[in-house]
Amino acid sequence: MTDLIATNLSLKAKDAALVEAASFRLAPGEFVALLGPNGAGKTSLLRASLGLERPSGGGATLGGEDVGTLSPIVRARRIAYLPQTRPLAWPNSVRDVVALGRFSHGAALGRLGDADAEAVERAIVACDLSHLAHRRADTLSGGELARMHCARAFAAEAPLLIADEPIAALDPRHQFRILDLIKEFVTRGGGALVVLHDIELAARYASRLIWMKDGRIVADGSPTETLNAERLEDVYNIRGSVDALRVTMAGPL
Amino acid sequence: MTVLARWLTPRLTSGLTFGLAAACVLAIVTACFLGSTPLPWTRVIAVLFGGGETGEQLVVWSIRLPRAVAAFLVGAALGMSGAALQGLLRNPLAEPGVLGVSATASLAATFSLYYGLVAFSPWILPLAAILGALAATALLALAAIRTRSIVTIILIGVGLSSFAGALMSHLMNLAPNPFSLSDMINWMLGSVANRSAVEIGFALPFMVLGAAILLSTGRGLSALTLGEEAASGVGLDLRKQRILTVLGAGLATGASVALGGAIGFVGIVAPHLVRPFVGHDPARSLIPSALLAGLILVIADIGVRLIPTDNELKLGVVAALMGAPIFVWVAMQRRAIHD
Repeated sequence: MTDLIATNLSLKAKDAALVEAASFRLAPGEFVALLGPNGAGKTSLLRASLGLERPSGGGATLGGEDVGTLSPIVRARRIAYLPQTRPLAWPNSVRDVVALGRFSHGAALGRLGDADAEAVERAIVACDLSHLAHRRADTLSGGELARMHCARAFAAEAPLLIADEPIAALDPRHQFRILDLIKEFVTRGGGALVVLHDIELAARYASRLIWMKDGRIVADGSPTETLNAERLEDVYNIRGSVDALRVTMAGPL
Repeated sequence: MTVLARWLTPRLTSGLTFGLAAACVLAIVTACFLGSTPLPWTRVIAVLFGGGETGEQLVVWSIRLPRAVAAFLVGAALGMSGAALQGLLRNPLAEPGVLGVSATASLAATFSLYYGLVAFSPWILPLAAILGALAATALLALAAIRTRSIVTIILIGVGLSSFAGALMSHLMNLAPNPFSLSDMINWMLGSVANRSAVEIGFALPFMVLGAAILLSTGRGLSALTLGEEAASGVGLDLRKQRILTVLGAGLATGASVALGGAIGFVGIVAPHLVRPFVGHDPARSLIPSALLAGLILVIADIGVRLIPTDNELKLGVVAALMGAPIFVWVAMQRRAIHD
């Protein structure tokens, strides 16, 4: 029982409803893409289901326990969270940043235990960062930074991963690379919930799509079930056509 | 290059700590050779090895050594508080002096002196300074929750400093006699002259407690490198981290103000110099920053006694003369993108 289960989750900021009665489930072995326009409440849903925000209604459980009562350490061991990237405060080395992913296992920078050092090494190798491990993070390109943050999330070796727009502002090659890394994580038995804005890439990589609009989940199912022209119109307000999961966008409505 | 870096970094960190600790001991011993009473160095050595006459012993053990130790402790507490606040606020310009924490602590201490509260118990003075420091750090941490802008935080610090400065000037204006005026000026400028083991004893427990809190929560400061959202993602309890860092820095800064008055900038300079040698990790910079800041103040206090002036320069003035240019330099190196 490692699943993340949100049930009728609602979140309010002052009077505005950010998320309304959202229910979903994330289990190991699944690659789930969370889609929706800006302001649809995707990040709020993630934060509420992680227990980082107190919900105004409903709740979420992680491994059968209410996320609101889980300690941050226990929660972080069960689910790795990759928020939208912010600049690092200090020019740390890549290896140190990846090692921060072991925080929930008690790792302290500069004196990692064997298990922590091995997990960090595995994550660095998996994300093809070996040649960059001793570089200062402020000297990396955008694509390399994205890989570093992925490695940090993988280093936690949590069964689940939530990533908020991990491929924003990346070139097409790096978008593929990052999604491939997450796909490998899922193949190894992990479960990933990833916020994406590229609908076609989402349909290509994800086994399930969750569509959000105005704080509500409007559809949750496989790409073939849920991706169609009406959905694009309904969720994104765009005219387009869908043919065998290929999306052609004509323009805004 | 990378192989060298891999080999070097951990060795640099422990080597740095060891080297700084040795330099601190050396500087404190050197400080024992200097003072207003003429005492040949051979006599000082005799005293240090347990000999000497009563008068000589008194000069070294009760006047010179406590003064040097006080300078070291004040510096160490400020250096560690600075490193911790920089980690918490994710900014190299955060420091007890710049953020108005020292000034507020100093104001609280002056109040307790002015109204004669210190007559009730010798613990009143350090406690007042600590309460002042805690009030300021708590206010800053609350502001830090509401705003992500370090400029706002530093402006609040400027406001705190000006406010505390104005009230201190007011108290000086009302000072009943020249002696209490001179006492207050000592607080404002910062000095460790004429400190005894007794005063150190009243400040030390709070410094040790503050340092212990900061060291035990250092790992969270490392995590904050990622930003608050990602730090909570890796398992940091943000609320607890904020409270403990504020508490630790408040205790250490308050105790240092109780012992030496308001001494600025040393909390910026020391962590800034240490950071490149510890992989820019806030947690690993805590101890070396404390040692280096302590070293700087012991050396500055030696300078205070060597610089030939009619009236002895105040330690805080010398620290500011050394530190302010570095503060301006660090500020000018910052790129606007970080704000």
